[in-house]
Amino acid sequence: MTPPLKLKHLLSAGDLNRDEATLVLDTATEMAATAGREVKKLPTLRGRTVVNLFYEDSTRTRISFEAAAKRLSADVINFSAKGSSVSKGESLKDTALTLQAMGADAVVIRHSASGAPHRLAHWIDGTVINAGDGTHEHPTQALLDAYTIRSRHGRIEGLKVAIVGDVLHSRVARSNVALLHTLGAHVTLVAPPTLLPVGAVAWPVDLGFDLDAVLPTADVVMMLRVQRERMTDSFFPSEREYARRYGLDADRVRSLPSHAIVMHPGPMNRGMEIAPEVADSARSTIVEQVANGVSVRMAVLYLMLGGSR
Amino acid sequence: MTTFLIRGARIVDGDPTDLIIRDGVIAETGPNLTGGPGAEVIDADGLVALPGLVDLHTHLREPGREDAETVESGSRAAALGGYTAVCAMANTSPVADTAGVVEQVWRLGRTAGLVDVQPIGAVTVGLGGEQLAELGAMADSAAQVRIFSDDGHCVADPRLMRRALEYVRAFDGVIAQHAEEPRLTDGAQMHEGITSARLGLPGWPAVAEEAIIARDVLLAEHVGARLHVCHVSTAGSVEILRWAKARGIAVTAEVTPHHLLLTDTRADGYDPVFKVNPPLRTGADVDALQAALVDGVIDVVATDHAPHAVQDKECEWPYARPGMLGLETALSVVWLAVGHRLGWDGVAERLSRAPARIAGLTEHGHDPAPGRAATFTLVDPAARWTVDPAGLASRSRNTPYAGLDLPVRVVATFLRGEPTVVDGKAVR
Repeated sequence: MTPPLKLKHLLSAGDLNRDEATLVLDTATEMAATAGREVKKLPTLRGRTVVNLFYEDSTRTRISFEAAAKRLSADVINFSAKGSSVSKGESLKDTALTLQAMGADAVVIRHSASGAPHRLAHWIDGTVINAGDGTHEHPTQALLDAYTIRSRHGRIEGLKVAIVGDVLHSRVARSNVALLHTLGAHVTLVAPPTLLPVGAVAWPVDLGFDLDAVLPTADVVMMLRVQRERMTDSFFPSEREYARRYGLDADRVRSLPSHAIVMHPGPMNRGMEIAPEVADSARSTIVEQVANGVSVRMAVLYLMLGGSR
Repeated sequence: MTTFLIRGARIVDGDPTDLIIRDGVIAETGPNLTGGPGAEVIDADGLVALPGLVDLHTHLREPGREDAETVESGSRAAALGGYTAVCAMANTSPVADTAGVVEQVWRLGRTAGLVDVQPIGAVTVGLGGEQLAELGAMADSAAQVRIFSDDGHCVADPRLMRRALEYVRAFDGVIAQHAEEPRLTDGAQMHEGITSARLGLPGWPAVAEEAIIARDVLLAEHVGARLHVCHVSTAGSVEILRWAKARGIAVTAEVTPHHLLLTDTRADGYDPVFKVNPPLRTGADVDALQAALVDGVIDVVATDHAPHAVQDKECEWPYARPGMLGLETALSVVWLAVGHRLGWDGVAERLSRAPARIAGLTEHGHDPAPGRAATFTLVDPAARWTVDPAGLASRSRNTPYAGLDLPVRVVATFLRGEPTVVDGKAVR
């Protein structure tokens, strides 16, 4: 048997065509149904080894992948850069050869360097799943966001999605642009011009600098984390000015259509890009996104690893 | 010294002729020559004789990174590429910022004996960009340095650049600027544009190069100095150079083979073999650079041959060192990119005569002719070959052309009458 998804690696959200992305979301729905059972575990990946190779601290994403793999009965090895041979200066290539020798069926990699998963895929036979690489992509985040949107709105096709904030440094934004375009949504990126990539003019999106102009027609508003360090590098003058111009506060939420939802990939800077009362409101899907993350990652692992051997 | 009779070569784009090489010089050219007893005959039917190529921009890595390249291995790579002289960049360890280091490199080149190795001196102490190195001492040394460059780093301080341009006038020196405004390229990994936006790699904007070139041509004009611009990579730089030359400013410029052929989309897949500084640019830039080389706004092709050890390239893109091999593929890549527009005379001009003039290498850059030093290369314009990284003479393997089918093969190279390459193989 071959895996249901004919995809060797998941490096970019753009690796998925519309049918494949839809299959992931449909499968995630089935996986979510199992979460309500008394016994959550499925035997699907018994005997398979999934390595979580994390060069960056990301408890949220690592735990999500770990839970997903364990619910599918895979053996999980957590390989953290801290306290391992990596901190002694072992190269990614040597780490890859080690994992290869250990017989890893899949490596879930988080790395601060854009493109590190592509290099890893070059050196190992197993499946590589990008769990966030530098300022490039985070495809499973985009899948869980799409899943969340579909759960709330019942569809993705034709929806207006505003992605707001530090697009330049955001892997979440890049993956969401690719996937939401594939699934037929209309995406508008809203940011100060300093935080939009020069080359974003070629993306299949609208670009805007005025948050208030896009809110009245948005079905989805996705707020991106803005690191406070960007201020010292003159991307914007001050936290206060950023929050005033691009933060989602209660006043701005009132200009949204009543059905619109508010998303954030976390971790949030409350009071910076999103006001606390907005983050905790009924429109907010932030906690749902975390729960959906496990279902979506189960779907990805199942579809990419299940059935082979 | 062996006498050679070369039969039937075209000198640049002339008619086929015989050449007799005796005592290091070209003794005679013409039809149906006889070399006399003991003369070695080389059948050059269909081959083109070019003046030995001269590279204004070579990284030989010695002293300091002999695991990546040595003066000897780099000299061998150069000879195989048709070169008879290379200018060795100063960013070694220790930096070539004293008479002692430039003389060391010069002597290593003489010992290897495969090409003339002409050291370039650093402009500033330790390439630090703060204090002038002893430029006069390097000029007066046995190496007789005339080109000074902090290549790898820009002489970014405008006042220091002005002083350097002025100071080297005393010994007819020239500053070769690595044009990169460092405040605009902090952390940069590739050309800033559509591809960098998609790949999520920090961008190196074209303006960072163009702003420095614009500033430097104005400085050169102001102080009446010569300026040479290293590895021009953008269409905008070409326009600034065109303007400066029209204004009569004494500026020359080089382009690398890779900037004449490859674009930034090679970064797809994040293979650091395509990481180079300045970065690969867009197709529009490549078109402008090709046109500028043909029309003369860009004077020379220089390789920026930059060997790197395997571990410095087999890693994540942001951690990889920038640079590509170039010496053994330059002529073929130039011919592939612009050969039909340059012709052999244009190739001789851009890869030999003009760089020899800029570097002040008076023994180099002359078409083979009676009485001239026998310093030339014989190339087969009809041959094709496939680049095999493991087959290159360089100690490193970081060629961006692996597996590429290329036109033109270097058959033989002569340095002052001594063959350094015969039948496409280095003599030692």
